[in-house]
Amino acid sequence: MASYLKMPKLSDTMSEGTLVKWLKKEGDSIAVDEDIAEVETDKATMTMPSFAEGILHKIYVQEGQTVVLGAALALVLEDGEEPPADADTAPAGEAKAAAPAAEAPAKSEAAAAPAATPAPAPAPAAAPAPAASSSSRIKASPLARKVAKEKGIDLARVTGSGPGGRIVKKDVENAPAGGGGGSLGLLPPAMAKPDRSVPLTGMRRVISQRLLESKTTIPHFYLNIEIDTEPLMNLREQVNAASTANGGPKYTVNDFVMRAVVLATGSVPEVNGSFQGDSILYHGETHLSVAVAIEDGLVTPVIRSAQSKSIKDLASELKDLAAKARDKKLTPNEMTGGTITISNLGAYGIANFDAIINPPQAAILAIGTITKQPVVNAQNQIVPGQRMWIGMSCDHRVIDGAVGAKFLSELKRFLETPVLLVS
Amino acid sequence: MASYDLIVIGGGPAGYVGAIRAAQLGKKVACIENDRAGGTCLNWGCIPTKALIKNADMYLNMRDKAAEFGLSFDNLSYDWSKVIGRSRNVSDKLAGGIEFLFKKNKVDYLRGTGALAGTSPSGGNKVTVTDAEGKTETHDAKNVLLATGCKARDLPFLKFDGKRVIGAREAMLLAEQPKEMLIIGAGAIGVEFAYFYNAFGTKVTIIEMMDHLLPVEDTEVSQTLEKSFKKQGINFHLATKTTAANVTDGGVELTVEPAKGGDPVVLKGDVVLVAVGVGAILPGGAEKLELTDRGFVKTNDRYQTNLPGVSAAGDLIGPPWLAHVASFEAIHAVESMFDPKHKSKKVDIFPGCTYCHPEVASVGLTERACKEKGIAYKVGKFPFQASGRALAVGEPEGFVKLIYGEKYGELLGAHIIGAEATELIAEMGLAITLEATYEELENTIHAHPTLSEAIHEATSDAFGHAIHI
Repeated sequence: MASYLKMPKLSDTMSEGTLVKWLKKEGDSIAVDEDIAEVETDKATMTMPSFAEGILHKIYVQEGQTVVLGAALALVLEDGEEPPADADTAPAGEAKAAAPAAEAPAKSEAAAAPAATPAPAPAPAAAPAPAASSSSRIKASPLARKVAKEKGIDLARVTGSGPGGRIVKKDVENAPAGGGGGSLGLLPPAMAKPDRSVPLTGMRRVISQRLLESKTTIPHFYLNIEIDTEPLMNLREQVNAASTANGGPKYTVNDFVMRAVVLATGSVPEVNGSFQGDSILYHGETHLSVAVAIEDGLVTPVIRSAQSKSIKDLASELKDLAAKARDKKLTPNEMTGGTITISNLGAYGIANFDAIINPPQAAILAIGTITKQPVVNAQNQIVPGQRMWIGMSCDHRVIDGAVGAKFLSELKRFLETPVLLVS
Repeated sequence: MASYDLIVIGGGPAGYVGAIRAAQLGKKVACIENDRAGGTCLNWGCIPTKALIKNADMYLNMRDKAAEFGLSFDNLSYDWSKVIGRSRNVSDKLAGGIEFLFKKNKVDYLRGTGALAGTSPSGGNKVTVTDAEGKTETHDAKNVLLATGCKARDLPFLKFDGKRVIGAREAMLLAEQPKEMLIIGAGAIGVEFAYFYNAFGTKVTIIEMMDHLLPVEDTEVSQTLEKSFKKQGINFHLATKTTAANVTDGGVELTVEPAKGGDPVVLKGDVVLVAVGVGAILPGGAEKLELTDRGFVKTNDRYQTNLPGVSAAGDLIGPPWLAHVASFEAIHAVESMFDPKHKSKKVDIFPGCTYCHPEVASVGLTERACKEKGIAYKVGKFPFQASGRALAVGEPEGFVKLIYGEKYGELLGAHIIGAEATELIAEMGLAITLEATYEELENTIHAHPTLSEAIHEATSDAFGHAIHI
């Protein structure tokens, strides 16, 4: 059946999105979850997975165009399916491009925070689970199931009057029609879901073991620092303008943060160490771990020898690793050997947080969101400014307070003098 | 004088079950019985008659079937007093069992006749128990469950005299086997006694107002039973009413005529068994109890009567008059009494069984009822003639007839006539209670060779998949 790919909600605060780049062209066949486009949200540029499979028949939104959430981006047909008569035009009332208000770019730039982590799995636009699978876990009589199926009633919404809440025919007959399908965002009435016990996956087992060990055996202490991100955002705008003019990628704030962390580690190499019982190992290179949220957990792929990589290298390598992480295709080699970790929850609007150290490393950085706020400038005036908090969790056996503070002040210096990041 | 959470009046399948359930719930309970624990069922109904019918089955097998199985013997005879005596022994044993259950569950078993005696100062009810010597005790009861049951109804022109005009209770105790017996009413009681007496050589004639034997059963079942009874030598007059009777010391004469009008005929017998139905037995002090137009105790969905604190369950609240229904009602009555959140159920789906030979059992709707209700249905049938097990055991008579809803394929009714029909019906009751459809029945492997395979085949037949017919 023909289906429209629509602008998905890739972050909580997103109301519109810019189609940065199509990764597929008309006529290409696409699969569910396959990356089909890059979309810039108010927070970051992300790849957008397909929610449908078939042939990308018609693209309605061109690269660079900004549209509101839910607007049709393209039409997907089943293999061999005849296009509908109105296939050449986007469905009315939805594909309307958002008016490019004068302050809009500035605003979205201002709010933009890097998202090293891809959007957590399926946006609400994802196809609802088929009714059959949802009803198979429900206690209902065979007759009730057949009547419900015929009437299109979702058994999940029916209260059973039989023993133990078993749904019988009478309950289905008394239930209001409707259910399955339903329009997006229309939540079923709140109902008590039973508790459920889910066995640990291998990944959750590793997460629980390592983080418990870390939090209970490593003497953590926490520092944080406020960064003025106005210069960084200005620079990013210029860099992105120049890059896209040459057909290059757009850079996220996180790309700049990665580079700044690598440089600060060079200035204060004492943070780039590991406690080894009777010695401390100071690493000669900076292998940068970046936390990536994936379905049912997180992984920390490693960018090796990050000290010798430019922003461009860091950005493209992270994009590759994040994609592999999402597909669960990271090799063990790509997940081990990091010397310092960045965790960025800015995309979720988190202002600041304390992270748990990823052993055997000695430090992890917690990157918050960029907020607009009143600040006092050099002339003692209160003016609109942009700020970002960065937190640092340190292993006190390796890093003393002053060393951590020195590192954070170096990080601040690089981020507030961002030309150093690209020179 | 004692004070109870519950006093049950009547110790039959409603009364003793209700009393024990309340005791299980931790309540202080007494059960009053003026005859023997176990009620009609155990003492004067279900159980002793099944003992008699087993006698008839054995006797007929030896007399009529032995040769077919290659067995022969001389001088087959029976001792009537032992036939009757065995039936009484079975009842005695079971009645003792119930008294044991009362003790085990700490239910006070009060022998005597119970009666309602107004409200007590504490707001509950007063109940009196009068024993055989006329001594009366009064007890307080927060709750009362009436479970006094029913007794056989006679006819205005044909009053029970215990000798020539008898009810079921006397029919199972006759010291002398009658030569000729007239039976008015072809319900389960009339049909079972007809089978039993005919088996031992009494000339039996049934008179039934309706068009068929077992008129509540599916018509095809009744027709099959009629053929079988005819073969067994049982006479019956269907669609016939009894209009007059002449009872003398020598016997009984009944004047009968076709229900739609016609010439009267006079039938003669040594005794007449009147099996036309039952009427409620009301305890003393129940004058203010609200009754239905047929004289049964009116109860609401929680089995409460119009009197505060007084509930009722079992035969006295109306049909179906079945032991298993009475027990079900009593459990729901008691749970409703002590648990305000209990979801009380009135009897809806229940199996009905008649233990003549061939046996008849059914649950759910008859084909006739489906037509009357305008329900679209499909019928599947399988004759025991085509069942390997049935032939092997020499019981080819009868069939399984299943009625499924056309649209969803849910089991609406099951009608079985043949050997072991009363045992086979249990699966059908479960299927209806669980709202099973033909797919669940078809996907359940039925062991081979068993009579129950007929259920599987009848299901397949309804949907055109039967393999063996």
